[in-house]
Amino acid sequence: MIEFQHVSFAYEKDRPVLRDLSFRIERGEAVGLIGANGAGKSTVMKLMLGLLQGEGRILVDGTEVRRETLGEVRKKLGFVLQNSDNQMFMPTVYEDMIFAPLNYMVSREETDARVDAVLERLHLEYLKHRHNHRISGGEKRMAAIATILAMEPEAILMDEPTSALDPYNRRLVINIIRELEQTRLITSHDLDMILDTCGRVILLSEGRIAADGPAEEILRDRELLEKHRMELPLSLMGR
Amino acid sequence: MNKMQKALRELAEMDELAARTSPVHALHPAAKLLATIAYILVTLSFDKYDLSGLVPMVLWPILLFQISGIEVRSCFYKLRIVLPLVMAVGLFNPFFDRAVVLRVGSLAVSGGVVSMVTLMLKGLFSLMASFLLMATTPIDSLCAALRKLRVPKMLVTLLLLTYRYVGVMTEELAVMTEAYHLRAPGQKGIHISAWGSFLGQLLLRSMDRAQELYSSMLLRGYHQHFHYVDVKPFRSRDALYLGCCVMAFLLLRYVPVAQLLGGAFVR
Repeated sequence: MIEFQHVSFAYEKDRPVLRDLSFRIERGEAVGLIGANGAGKSTVMKLMLGLLQGEGRILVDGTEVRRETLGEVRKKLGFVLQNSDNQMFMPTVYEDMIFAPLNYMVSREETDARVDAVLERLHLEYLKHRHNHRISGGEKRMAAIATILAMEPEAILMDEPTSALDPYNRRLVINIIRELEQTRLITSHDLDMILDTCGRVILLSEGRIAADGPAEEILRDRELLEKHRMELPLSLMGR
Repeated sequence: MNKMQKALRELAEMDELAARTSPVHALHPAAKLLATIAYILVTLSFDKYDLSGLVPMVLWPILLFQISGIEVRSCFYKLRIVLPLVMAVGLFNPFFDRAVVLRVGSLAVSGGVVSMVTLMLKGLFSLMASFLLMATTPIDSLCAALRKLRVPKMLVTLLLLTYRYVGVMTEELAVMTEAYHLRAPGQKGIHISAWGSFLGQLLLRSMDRAQELYSSMLLRGYHQHFHYVDVKPFRSRDALYLGCCVMAFLLLRYVPVAQLLGGAFVR
């Protein structure tokens, strides 16, 4: 579904952020992209979405990410931003949810049906006509996920989906992520959440893949995690 | 809640006003836009001494306030920062134009005073009309209407993003002001020595957020088209509204309504 072939990227010359990165994510897989601050996690996502251009090839569902194919690629990838305020730019939740489908020329009837189905699935019907500036941070995060689900993308990318959420809302978001059928790529420092939602983990360190394998295996490896400025998930720490 | 957060809330409340339902809200955005432009042009075209001709122009905004259910006081409250600036436009006229043009009883009124009041009213009426347009039309619908009127994509996008970025910038300003005051208790405003770095930071942070917001729009299929806006076709009632408005404005412009009414009562 998503493939990186020898991808390198630098914001400034001589200071590469990603170095010769290659990996492949299969359809339906849930992958956690972890690493210390500055490891290049967000850059990987931005490259995938064509917001940045690097060296090497990136394929999304067989289509190479290039200027000419951005429309096609972006239609397949839904991106949940870390800051939901930047994602929810329309006045109401409903207007935000119809934004993408209508831009992608889905009929209004079909769009409305999608909106209702997504809100029902996430138990967010009560938010439908609420104004974005009047809902809480947790609700906004949930609504941001709903806006992406209404796009019906083939893969969902999430940047720190549980950051700044209280335990209750965090659990709600985790449950939503677990129920998704799409391919998922999630970057986060919340390793417990990654353990809960992802079957596979890619550990980035200084722009390279330091480890790639089953989440249970990598997230239990204290030595590996500490070597790359991370810690065991709390749920795996012996107390 | 600090001043900036209040400003942000007020900005968001404009969206809420625009989302209400009323016969005015239901009109086609292009009809409302053209009627507003016509109103402002006609209002501004009055001679600087034609106070009696200008006053009846207030009828149109008052009528729209009534029909749309938007409170006049909310208009004045939201425009409270701009209004004094507009009102100050003709402030010096009385000093330059001292010729007496009319007498009210024994009181001589100079041309400068009349032209000052005329200028103030022109500004006030134009602001009220613009406020009504914004309060009854969502910004995206307005942009879609502009595109239908063949206004260049670039200009429309600029308008839309400016509107969105004002909110973003105000949000950043609110956060930064709060952070500043938490570390400078008892200080009124921001000290002049911090202005440079404060403004620089504000600009950089706003740019970052604006970039992310625009990326978010692009990632959800935005390409300067307004497919996501539900603009109904331009119907006969929209044309009727526009036609009636323009005729009424021209009538008010060329027929001395105030004088005729005054003449009917005073002989």
